[in-house]
Amino acid sequence: MNNDKKIFGITALFDTPNEIIKAAKKVKDAGYKYFDVNTPYPIHGMDKAMGLKSSKLGYVTLFFGFFGASSILFFMWWTLAVNYPLVIGGKPYFPLPAFVPITFEFTVLNAVISTFIAMIAVVFNMPFNAHPLHDSNYIKNVSSDKYGVVIESEDPKFDENNVKEFLRSLGGKSIEIIYNPEKQTFKVFQPRFVVFLIIVAIITSLSTYVTLNKLMYMPPFDFMMNQNKGSAQAESTFFYDKHEMREPVKGTVARGFIPYAFEGVVDTNEFYSNPFLPTKENLELGQKKFLTFCSPCHGDYADGNSRLQGQFPPGPTLHSARVIGFSDGKLYNIITNGQNGIMPSYTYQTTREERWAIVNYIRVLQRAQNPKPSDFTEISDTNKESGNASN
Amino acid sequence: MPQTESKYVKKELPKNLGTWGFVLLIIGVALSALSYAVDPARASFAYLTAFIFLLCIGLGSLFLVAMEYAAGAVWSVPFRRISEMFASSVPFLLLLIIPLFFSMHNLFIWMNPTAVAHDETLQVRMHYLNVPFFVVRDIVILLIWWLFYHLLIRNSRKQDSTFDQNLTTKNIKISMAFIPIFAFTISLISFDWLMSMTPKWYSTIFGVYLFADAAWVGFAVVTLTAVLLNEKGYLSSRINKDHYYSLGTWMFAFTVFWAYIAFAQYMLQWYGNLPDEIIYFAHRWYGGWKVVSLVLVISHFIVPFLLLISRRSKTNPKILIFAAVWIIAVQYLDSYWLVMPDMVNNGFTYSFSIMDFSFLIAVVGLIIVLFNLLAKKHNLLAIGDPKLKRSWEFHL
Repeated sequence: MNNDKKIFGITALFDTPNEIIKAAKKVKDAGYKYFDVNTPYPIHGMDKAMGLKSSKLGYVTLFFGFFGASSILFFMWWTLAVNYPLVIGGKPYFPLPAFVPITFEFTVLNAVISTFIAMIAVVFNMPFNAHPLHDSNYIKNVSSDKYGVVIESEDPKFDENNVKEFLRSLGGKSIEIIYNPEKQTFKVFQPRFVVFLIIVAIITSLSTYVTLNKLMYMPPFDFMMNQNKGSAQAESTFFYDKHEMREPVKGTVARGFIPYAFEGVVDTNEFYSNPFLPTKENLELGQKKFLTFCSPCHGDYADGNSRLQGQFPPGPTLHSARVIGFSDGKLYNIITNGQNGIMPSYTYQTTREERWAIVNYIRVLQRAQNPKPSDFTEISDTNKESGNASN
Repeated sequence: MPQTESKYVKKELPKNLGTWGFVLLIIGVALSALSYAVDPARASFAYLTAFIFLLCIGLGSLFLVAMEYAAGAVWSVPFRRISEMFASSVPFLLLLIIPLFFSMHNLFIWMNPTAVAHDETLQVRMHYLNVPFFVVRDIVILLIWWLFYHLLIRNSRKQDSTFDQNLTTKNIKISMAFIPIFAFTISLISFDWLMSMTPKWYSTIFGVYLFADAAWVGFAVVTLTAVLLNEKGYLSSRINKDHYYSLGTWMFAFTVFWAYIAFAQYMLQWYGNLPDEIIYFAHRWYGGWKVVSLVLVISHFIVPFLLLISRRSKTNPKILIFAAVWIIAVQYLDSYWLVMPDMVNNGFTYSFSIMDFSFLIAVVGLIIVLFNLLAKKHNLLAIGDPKLKRSWEFHL
């Protein structure tokens, strides 16, 4: 200890709780503001003796509790009801009762963690993690069987000799001057820390690998592998047709699904006419489905310029005079049944409405590639989209 | 001990309290009798509501007395005698349940032989829900409560004159026996009188729901009375802010506990959405009950929660009195919500009736009369309790 260092404060020790309460009262009455009392256990009435006001920590808890509740509610509302609406258990998109437990948990978690961090931050004067009293004889004594008071040098009334004299007059023993530690800067990536990180990474990855790839296949942990059930592609020992996958009972129709009346009938040119007007919503639906299911082969603009790049027979352009000449019913029929053994049927991927919307959208693409002279004159004073839609 | 003895001077309660209580009781009983004469079916539902309300107050108070002994609580000793006086309605439940036995055919669908004959589920339930077993079971339960009330309160009163510490030890043992029995019996009572009104519905947490209500309102009545009496100087000047704070904390704690239990019951059945289970909440959501259910959520949880959350309000006598009165009123609303929507099950249609108040007036009158009688006869403080001196030094 040399005297160049700044003094943090002066400490004194007392033997009994009564003495420390009297001493704290006198320190307060003497006009000191920056002082603290350390005892091995909480002493009733100390708040009053020290003249402490009730802690402000509760407001931190309150604020972060509300913050946690509102943020998690917003999160669940945004993810599950707005951005990616999911139907779970047949409940509404925003089922408040189901969200209450999560909101409660998150409120408590947020409040507790923020309270803890706020307290540590204030007490340790973050980002430093050492209090000047650490490693002093004083703190060793007050954490076992003594009661101590420390008057800090920040106090405007602080004067080294006066304070020493004052503490002695209160009956304090082993009066000690505590110096502020030199401010240390810590490098984050010390070799020891880096080695520690590497060891943690190896242990984590090894244990994950062993658990997921080895342990899961060893008895008794392999119970998930040997379940008494049929696998989708496996051969059945139970059903006479040796298929584990079952088909719906003959003649049943799934809800919201209307079977195609002309299955197997190739030429349906005149059977069907498009029941949907090319409204904006319908075309947007058609665009979405076209880009999902048709564009991989036929190209984004139906010009046959696909992303397949020869790995698979490319879809033909839909702008040929032949295809333009197809009726809506024929296009619908092709999407539904497939064609030439290369284009598959899209019955299971798309609904009837969606197929008709795709047909509408194909018409838009065709018109855009082969515009009539009148389209160029109208484009200046009508919206482009509505111009297309009026096809 | 001598210090505290000499300091407690018993003051007489105002004389008109007893008169008021007696007048309320007479009016209430007269109106209730009239209600039975006019519309026995509707009156029996109103009577059950008031009975549940009284049961919650009496049994909640008895539970608090037992809990104090079992936990060795020190701070609550000055208020124990008040809880004991409110628990005095427990023996009267034996008398008051008799009219309910005679109106069971109005209350329960399973009393109707034709309804049971057409329903296999009900036929299975009838092994438990048959009149002889039902009546015997409930009378035995009420006798058990009366026995424990008698033992606990007799010892506590004897201590006022004998200052015998062994009486406290005895009461601790009695309380230890009472609490598990209480947990079991209050569940059975709630199943019998409330749950069996929707005989196919079941919720295993239902007994805990009624217990949460009982303990909540038990703390509310003791807070209301203790704060009122203490502010007027009937108890002792040595009751400090920390005693008030603890009373407020308990009301707050059971507010949250009720919310937890009620929500747990609601959420599981709402998520399952099975016809047998959801019918209970469907009856409390459709047909105008939606407003009552929402009001119940707000007034049973949100209002007391916000009212009692801060330390300052828990030490403020006026806010404590307001919160306690609020809680007692909401407890009646909760009893109402538990009973009334189930009228539909038995083929009645609910309509608001003035006769609901007649039974409430009678119950309030009965509680005041009992309290007044006992307060005249006994001390308002348990001056013989060895923990009382430590209780004066209670600090948080």
